[in-house]
Amino acid sequence: MTDKIQIAHGGGGRLSSQLIDDQIVSRFGDGPLKGLPDAASLPGINGRIIYSTDSYVVQPIEFPGGNIGNLAIHGTVNDISVAGGKPLWISLSLIIEEGFEMSTFRKVLDTIKSSAEECGVKVVTGDTKVVAKGQCDKIFINTSGIGEAFSEFTLNKTNIKPGDKIIVNGTVGDHGMAVLTAREGINIINGPESDTASVHRLVESAREFGGHVKFMRDPTRGGVATVLNEIVENNNFGIKLKETELPVSPGTHSISEILGIDPLALACEGRMLLVCSPEVSEKILQKWKKFPEGKKAKVIGTATEDRGMVLLEAVTGGTRLVDVPLGELLPRIC
Amino acid sequence: MMKYIDDYKNPGAARKITENINTLAEKLPAAKRNFSIMEVCGSHTMAIARYGIRELLPENISLISGPGCPVCVTDAGYIDTAVELSRNGITIATFGDMINVPGSDTSLGKCRSEGADIHICYSPLSALELAEKNPDREVVFLAIGFETTIAPLMALLETAKSKNIKNLSIMTAFKLVPPALEALTSDPELKVDSFLCPAHVSAIIGERPYQLFVKKHKIPCVIASFEPLDILYGIEGILEQVVSNKAFVDNRYKRVVKQEGNTTAQHFMDKYLVPYDASWRGIGIIPRSGLKLKNEFDEYNTEKRFNIEVKPGKPNPACRCGDVLKGKIKPSECPLFRRTCNPFHPVGPCMVSSEGSCAAFFKYVK
Amino acid sequence: MCLAVPMKIIQINDDNTGIVAADDASYKVSLSLIKDPVVEEFVIVHAGYAIEKLDEEEANTRIDLFRELAEVNSEMVKQ
Repeated sequence: MTDKIQIAHGGGGRLSSQLIDDQIVSRFGDGPLKGLPDAASLPGINGRIIYSTDSYVVQPIEFPGGNIGNLAIHGTVNDISVAGGKPLWISLSLIIEEGFEMSTFRKVLDTIKSSAEECGVKVVTGDTKVVAKGQCDKIFINTSGIGEAFSEFTLNKTNIKPGDKIIVNGTVGDHGMAVLTAREGINIINGPESDTASVHRLVESAREFGGHVKFMRDPTRGGVATVLNEIVENNNFGIKLKETELPVSPGTHSISEILGIDPLALACEGRMLLVCSPEVSEKILQKWKKFPEGKKAKVIGTATEDRGMVLLEAVTGGTRLVDVPLGELLPRIC
Repeated sequence: MMKYIDDYKNPGAARKITENINTLAEKLPAAKRNFSIMEVCGSHTMAIARYGIRELLPENISLISGPGCPVCVTDAGYIDTAVELSRNGITIATFGDMINVPGSDTSLGKCRSEGADIHICYSPLSALELAEKNPDREVVFLAIGFETTIAPLMALLETAKSKNIKNLSIMTAFKLVPPALEALTSDPELKVDSFLCPAHVSAIIGERPYQLFVKKHKIPCVIASFEPLDILYGIEGILEQVVSNKAFVDNRYKRVVKQEGNTTAQHFMDKYLVPYDASWRGIGIIPRSGLKLKNEFDEYNTEKRFNIEVKPGKPNPACRCGDVLKGKIKPSECPLFRRTCNPFHPVGPCMVSSEGSCAAFFKYVK
Repeated sequence: MCLAVPMKIIQINDDNTGIVAADDASYKVSLSLIKDPVVEEFVIVHAGYAIEKLDEEEANTRIDLFRELAEVNSEMVKQ
């Protein structure tokens, strides 16, 4: 076995089938993927189907707390989960750059396998392509997922009313900060770990509160600030957060202060926001706290009458706007 | 819990100091009933907006944002020159703050998308590493900043010299705070009753420059840091002076700012730099308000090294950043604010820099 | 204009650089602007450079005063 991916690994010949057999089938070939059909044939499901797709191009591909493989599974699993469904099947499409280290490739695949197992989803179909050096950066992954909708949920943000509570399942911004500090040029030696994780169990545990749960979303790119602004946009309510209630890990907090970055603008990959009526918020918290991924769950804010506005009550007692972040996060000196 | 940061965010103490401020504001003498405080420093501007401090203050106390954002006061022509260098294949290293600042026609961010070699550095040390790793490339560091940033950059030159690095130069647009205070106070159109003086500029220069200033103008000056309690405590200090009819330099950031400042840093600055009459974007020339490299260090001076000259840029004439920087108008009073000028399409520098007054207003103020 | 944070020196290298830490995060900085840096001391860090030492005694005195203020305040709220 050569120690680097070559163009021929994607050429459809002997090296191709060797790579697929050794790396893919050995890990995922025990279900519908067995025998490598071009399309998976799956049993029918009862309820509505939830279908989602996402591409993963994170740089660097390895970061404290995980790698691109975690994201490829957790991202799609979480998208299905927060849409109110149980994730079942995943497709896995890999675009690999010529020269990519075989050892890292194996590590990413191992991560995909273990993450999928933890989430109870099966990789049922896939594809592998190799492109010439420079045409992609190490590895890009696309996953699509199919899930079955839970009948209990009737999610719709227009159902949100002033007084409803906003819950998050843990500290915010750790993934974004882990990736940022893993990049070159910042000199952070020891930063926070990514929060990458699946939230499917949390969604399942909130099923019994049915119509009291109004909205769920995973705050990935753009962070909590972006999701909250999307929630209030064109709606008859606003949201007010309390700075003193925001869970931020010590590492993310320190580096946010050093680099002048707002944790609310940083991506999370294992967090979800849930908006519910006030009478069930404490009950949901109690349920969530039993899971490691919900241990630090907290009510961070309340829906208000200030339509279209996300506000934050600062530690001083003064309030400010929470705006949608611009896009590229630039560490600032001033 | 971040030591010596979160300790200064205590909500209970914030409430108490706010109460004191309100009590003091009622006691202000009739002639100073409507009292203005200018925060010179952009980090103050940012923190005031981030912690909603403006709305905690009584109506007769107004906070005016000053020209303390180095990105905002850098002339558009400087960006134009950096753009030209990058288009000529020179590697540009810069603080992230500069990347989206509009020059006369384009920004460095846009040049980067077109393929220019532009690196964002949190620390100038990364520029040095970049130069070391690529000895065949010319690396230019965009050296903007006030005293706080000037000192590290001079330490960087010292290191570059000792490592005999020949392919790194700096394009300076250094500005000094005390001459700006002087210019703002002498401006007849502007009514500034007191100054909240910057934290980390003061860490470098110490208390003395302000003492000379206060002696001349009899205006209260309080040095304060950037945490919410520091700012409130600073404002309280200013009002205490007014109520007791005094004007002096009150250092309320003693945990860091020494009376004489950081003499090591001052030594580096004196060694490499000389003052000159610098042009501030939107304000104009302020006597002896800039620092440039001495002639003997021409090899580190980008302009000398490439035989180029930064010419004044052509900023958008409708942009009122100049009046915002001088504290004459609030960002929301500019006709472009929120309409044609926003963080996604900034017209002026005050909207770009995250601590620019317009950006802080746009981002945080309801 | 100058974002800077207090961090504790945890290591000093021969080349005037050092490692500073705050909570879980640690960070490589230049100490060339600091006269006689000592491990365990707090410094203010700006753009990868320590720019001044922090006087812990002074800092703590102020923190205590603020804390007392907060307590006075909370007692008043209770009454």
